[in-house]
Amino acid sequence: MGEAIAFYTLAALILGFAVLVVTARETVHSVLFLVATFLFVAMLYVLQHAEFLAVIQVLVYAGGIVVLYLFVVMLANLKSAPEAHEDPRRRDRLGIALAGVVLAEFVAIALYAFTGPLPASAGAAAAVGANNTEQVGWALYADYLVPFEVASILLLVAMLGAIVLAKREL
Amino acid sequence: MVETVVIPLVQIVIVLFGVLTAVAYLVLLERKVQAWVQVRLGPMRVGPHGILQPIADVVKLLIKEDITPARVDKWVFTLAPIIVLVPALIVFAVIPFGTPANIFGFSLPLYISDINVGLLYIVSVASLGVYGIILGGWASNSKYPLLSSLRASAQLISYEVAVTMMLVSMVLMAGTLSMVGMVEAQQSQGMWYAFTQPVAFAIYFIGGLAETNRAPFDLPEAEQELVGGFHTEYSGIRFALFFLAEYANMIVVSSVATTVFLGGWLRPFPGVEWLAFLDIVPTWVWFIVKTFGLLYLFLWIRATLPRYRYDQLMRLGWKVFIPIAIANVIVTAALKVIL
Repeated sequence: MGEAIAFYTLAALILGFAVLVVTARETVHSVLFLVATFLFVAMLYVLQHAEFLAVIQVLVYAGGIVVLYLFVVMLANLKSAPEAHEDPRRRDRLGIALAGVVLAEFVAIALYAFTGPLPASAGAAAAVGANNTEQVGWALYADYLVPFEVASILLLVAMLGAIVLAKREL
Repeated sequence: MVETVVIPLVQIVIVLFGVLTAVAYLVLLERKVQAWVQVRLGPMRVGPHGILQPIADVVKLLIKEDITPARVDKWVFTLAPIIVLVPALIVFAVIPFGTPANIFGFSLPLYISDINVGLLYIVSVASLGVYGIILGGWASNSKYPLLSSLRASAQLISYEVAVTMMLVSMVLMAGTLSMVGMVEAQQSQGMWYAFTQPVAFAIYFIGGLAETNRAPFDLPEAEQELVGGFHTEYSGIRFALFFLAEYANMIVVSSVATTVFLGGWLRPFPGVEWLAFLDIVPTWVWFIVKTFGLLYLFLWIRATLPRYRYDQLMRLGWKVFIPIAIANVIVTAALKVIL
């Protein structure tokens, strides 16, 4: 009962702040609302006993990525008028199309969740007595080692690419 | 009810009160130490040897006029000091001050919470403090605070990498992320990690100086260039919150260093048998003594070293500390596997 109340309160707060993110006039305020959203999502993880994920959510998203957003927002001039030749309705159409795709995805996930088979619990992760962090470690480094390494190489390549693009002479 | 609500509340009140008192007296200690280094007396008027000076300072800051300059972003301007202070205070939730104390038959643990991701919690909460600094400078709508807040946040982000990397080595050493587990690991290995990991300790401490914007890395507050730093436009109680946060952050860095590197509540040389008579001292006294020893080092360094230049600071962070930190993690991991 208490857990349900906490869940719905957090869900309402997350959605409320998410709406504020897209409606705020000042871009810096948007970024701040985004931080609040991330913090409440972290609380949701705590509620699900995923402490490691919650802490990483705060560290990586709230503490790292959004700080960079804030730098960009503060340093870039966002007040300039949109460029003249751009068709103003193009952005609306694009937005509606993207929203449609996301909605379809949600419906698919919901249908699958209600009708599909239960997800198989990851083998080694279910080790009895292992705490949350250890379970994540087993899942990442034992069960999903190759996808994990591929993702890290992808990030490395992206980082190198950004450096090469940004720096004219090396 | 008593277990889940009353005891934690009492603990929170005691810890908050203790930390805020420590902050107030740290300010006095700083002024005294600076004065002694410069062969002065320091504050002497309020109480014997200025012992009541912190109370006078707090009262002064509380009753001063709180000015909100024209054309600031009011909400963010008000929020920024709070965002700076809150992370600095809630870190203390996971710091173990000693072994459980026996009070009136109750066994009262001397920590508020022992979560299994304690160290990560500290790192992640501490990473939120940078928002207050950036937003305080931005919301002031003034040139110098903005420049200062950009400097401060760039500095914080750069040194955070090396500091976090050092804590990763310590997690490898202890095999746990829990702060209590960290101290227990040092107890069972019979050695403070400052002796087994001196490089990590040194870089953590220097990185801590940079993260708290203390001399010799106090560029965000360089008076000659930036008037007064990101809090130039703040006055009264809101300035006091920034001030409080800076000193609370120093205590955070020192108490985390004490727990992770200096054995927390353990006596010196916990592995040496004939020093066992030292156990007569209560565990929390060891913790406080070690923490204040590190804080004294902060003050001593401030009184001794000149300020770095900005490019020197960045070079030190990125080209010296981060490579050493990565090497330290790799060597620690390799030794862990071999031994």
